[in-house]
Amino acid sequence: MTAPLVAPLVGGALIGLAATLLLVANGRVAGISGAVGGLFGARAGDREWRVSFLGGLLVGGVALALLRPSALRVEYAPPAALAVVAGLLVGFGTQLGNGCTSGHGVCGVSRRSTRSIVATITFILAGALAVLVSRRLGAPWLG
Amino acid sequence: MARLTAFLAGLLFALGLGVSGMTQPAKVVGFLDFFGRWDPSLIAVLFGAVAVHAVFARRALGSGRPWYAPRFELTSLTRVDARLVAGSALFGVGWGISGLCPGPALVSSVAFVPTTLAFVAAMLGGIALFRVMRGDPASDQTVQASVEADTTEPC
Repeated sequence: MTAPLVAPLVGGALIGLAATLLLVANGRVAGISGAVGGLFGARAGDREWRVSFLGGLLVGGVALALLRPSALRVEYAPPAALAVVAGLLVGFGTQLGNGCTSGHGVCGVSRRSTRSIVATITFILAGALAVLVSRRLGAPWLG
Repeated sequence: MARLTAFLAGLLFALGLGVSGMTQPAKVVGFLDFFGRWDPSLIAVLFGAVAVHAVFARRALGSGRPWYAPRFELTSLTRVDARLVAGSALFGVGWGISGLCPGPALVSSVAFVPTTLAFVAAMLGGIALFRVMRGDPASDQTVQASVEADTTEPC
C-alpha cells in the first residue's frame, strides 16, 4: 500500500463506522442530503436525530479546523455565481434522486442496493462530464 | 441517548470526511478529472467506507431492531427510474463544478470560505425548492406501505 492511500482508506473507514453507529443506534441511514431534506416539515419525533447528527457534523468541522486545518483548505475556487449554480444542482438533484455520496454511495452500495449503485455510477459519470466540459471551456480555476 | 449517538455519528462522519480528503474540493475534482490529471486516490474512501459499513450494516440489520429506535428506517423504493437517474445526474454536475457534495460542504462551512458558504446557501435553497415544488413536507417518509410512497430517505 502506498502512503497516499492511507488517509483516504482510514477516513473512509471512519465514515463507514459513523454510518454504522447511526444505523445500529438510531436505525437511520447516514445520508446527509436526506438528513437535511427531512428537516423541512419534519414531525417532532423525527427532528431530533437529524438536528443532532447535523450538529455533530458541524462540530466535527470545527474540530477539524482546530486540529487539522489543512483538511479544510480550499485550493479550488470557481466564481461565486458558479458555486451558487452548483449548490442549486446539488440541493435539488439529491432530493430528486433521493440521495448523495453518503446515502447512495456509502450506505446504499454497502447494502448492494441496485438503485444506489445506479445512482453512484450516474453521479460519478456526470461529475466527470462536468469537469471535462469545464476543462474544454478553459476554466481557469481548474489549474 | 438517541441524540447522543446521532451526534457522535455526525462527529465521526465529519472527522472521516476531513481525514479522507473529501473536504478538499481540489482533490474531489481531481478524482473526477478522468480525462485530465486523474487522481484516483479517493476511490479508497469509498472502498474503506463500504468495506466497513457492508460488514457491520448487515449484522445490524440482522439484529432485529436498533438500540434506541423502534425500527430500522430504510427506503421502500426499489425501482430504478428516470427520476433517480435525472436527480443523480443533476447532483453529479453540481458536484463536478464545485468539488462539493452535501456532507463535505456542511463540514467545511465552519471555515467560512465565501465560495463554500454561497454553495451551502444555494444547496439549502435547492432542497427547499424541491420541497416547495412537490408541495409536501418530509412527513411522508415513514410511510412504508406503498413502494410508490416516496420516502425522502436516500438509498
